Amino acid sequence: MALPGDLDALTKAFSGFGVDENSIISILGKWHPEQRKSFRKGFPQFFREDKRLFERWDERHIAFLEHEFLRFKNAMVLWTLHPWERDARLAKEALAKGDYDILVEIACTRSSEELLGARRAYHSLFDHSIEEDVAYSVNDSNRNLLVALVSSYRYEGARVNEEIAETEAKTLSEAIKNAEKRPIENEEVVRIITTRSKLHLKAVFNYYKEISGTTTEEILASALKGSADEKNKQALTRVIVTQADSYMKEISEEYHKQHGVSLSQKIEETTNGNYKDFLLTLVARGD
Amino acid sequence: MATLVVPDHPSPVQDAESLRKACQGWGTDEKAIIQILGHRNAVQRNQIRKAYEELYQENLIKRLESELSGDFEKAVYRWLLDPAERDAVLAHVAVKDSMLDYQTIIEIACVRSSEELLAVKRAYHLRYKHSLDEDVASHTTGDFRKLLVALVSTFRYDGDEINVSLAESEAKLLHEVIKGKAFSHEEIIRILSTRSKSQLNATFNCYRDAHGTSITKSLLDDPADEFLAALRMAIRCITFPQKYFEKVLRNAVNKGRTDEDALTRVIVTRAEKDLNDIKELYHKRNNASLEHAINKHTSGDYKAFLLALLGDKEL
Repeated sequence: MALPGDLDALTKAFSGFGVDENSIISILGKWHPEQRKSFRKGFPQFFREDKRLFERWDERHIAFLEHEFLRFKNAMVLWTLHPWERDARLAKEALAKGDYDILVEIACTRSSEELLGARRAYHSLFDHSIEEDVAYSVNDSNRNLLVALVSSYRYEGARVNEEIAETEAKTLSEAIKNAEKRPIENEEVVRIITTRSKLHLKAVFNYYKEISGTTTEEILASALKGSADEKNKQALTRVIVTQADSYMKEISEEYHKQHGVSLSQKIEETTNGNYKDFLLTLVARGD
Repeated sequence: MATLVVPDHPSPVQDAESLRKACQGWGTDEKAIIQILGHRNAVQRNQIRKAYEELYQENLIKRLESELSGDFEKAVYRWLLDPAERDAVLAHVAVKDSMLDYQTIIEIACVRSSEELLAVKRAYHLRYKHSLDEDVASHTTGDFRKLLVALVSTFRYDGDEINVSLAESEAKLLHEVIKGKAFSHEEIIRILSTRSKSQLNATFNCYRDAHGTSITKSLLDDPADEFLAALRMAIRCITFPQKYFEKVLRNAVNKGRTDEDALTRVIVTRAEKDLNDIKELYHKRNNASLEHAINKHTSGDYKAFLLALLGDKEL
């Protein structure tokens, strides 16, 4: 008979945020046929009794497992790809799935030269420009903003015109207060957000804070919550892999500040196996 | 083909010294300046600028700016800049113009290759501490803004791959939009500003095949409508820039007042590219050579300089 501790360990090993390969090797790998049989009988979430009298593995669970086994491989490939190819492939996938937040993420967090590189790689990989595919695929009111964001080639220097920043903050504030139209459908909002340099925008947002209130967002927090969905789990891989060389330290510190527990610790608790070890290695680079 | 005539092995140091000599003393030896600068390509001009700076600790462009004047000075200034810088300067002037010179912006955005346009944008960052996109955006409104910003910010796929069925469906879409005349400018702008040039050529060919008339003719509705004029201009620049430039030159000399800015812009920016093809088209269309027109409508050092760039053997 399988030991209860082993059953718990195996449950966790397959619990769905990477797979704990070591547990599977040390426990499952040692089981005799009778132990494996009692495992199948005792796990209705994986197996069900087929009418022809055998314990049949639930198809959805097989698909789920395949997916989880791939999580480490996907993270590793994402990490190894040239950042330009990586971002071009991420963008293509995001477009196909309608995950516009990923497009926004790439367009806004990469530097001007990094985004340009991704656009070049996109030419090579797909024989199209990223803007033509975004313009063609997005048919709703998000189109103008998204096309402008992926086409942006922002000035990256230090010069900021404070007067203009203040005026533009007022414009933003009024557009957001206007109940009749979504802010992203406002031409001026799109212009400011998609063409101004990042330093200029920082100044604009500071003035905006003075005028109204503040907003902050956190992708990582929702990914590490118990009820995270697949989109959020992929976001965890993506954010850590793409930021491991740049802002990992700042992100970890911010996470710790906001949640009272370190990012590494949370990853340790929530993820499994090689996938977990890989993420922890990447996060540790920030230390 | 280019019209610029260049000697075999000029020496940048000698050229810098000659230019220095031409600027010293009471007057300026404009002929010497034209003789040298009018016969050097972009790489050579850069070397001369460097050599001059090293020899005399002075910026050659600034020196010439102070020595020369009028249309001649403007032409030499633009000629001396390296092509990306030059386009950045032209674009900046166009944007800041109170009447918004959209023609120049469209020319730069649509005639240059993807890589050339990128170089222009980088030069613009360096020189003006702004991006070209943000300046065009903040100086325009409405549909003009949408069109110009889109044209300027695109980084077109530059390969030859085309999708024929897409060309057919987009030609159809364009025809419906144009016929409907309730111009949903969004779709025209989308296609014109994001598709690759090869794909656009295929699309416009499909359009002509299906409807017996070119797309630019279909857009001729209201001659006073500037937006339509801008669309036609963009299409011409993308499909047949030499023919477009021939028309610009023709208009520059045929109206009441000669448009020296346009003459300078076309001749200076194309002398090292395809001015020869433009010249041939001009001759065919106007029964007279471009040199003849320049001779007739300009004068002095400015004229001599333009003729030198046109490869006039006399100089």
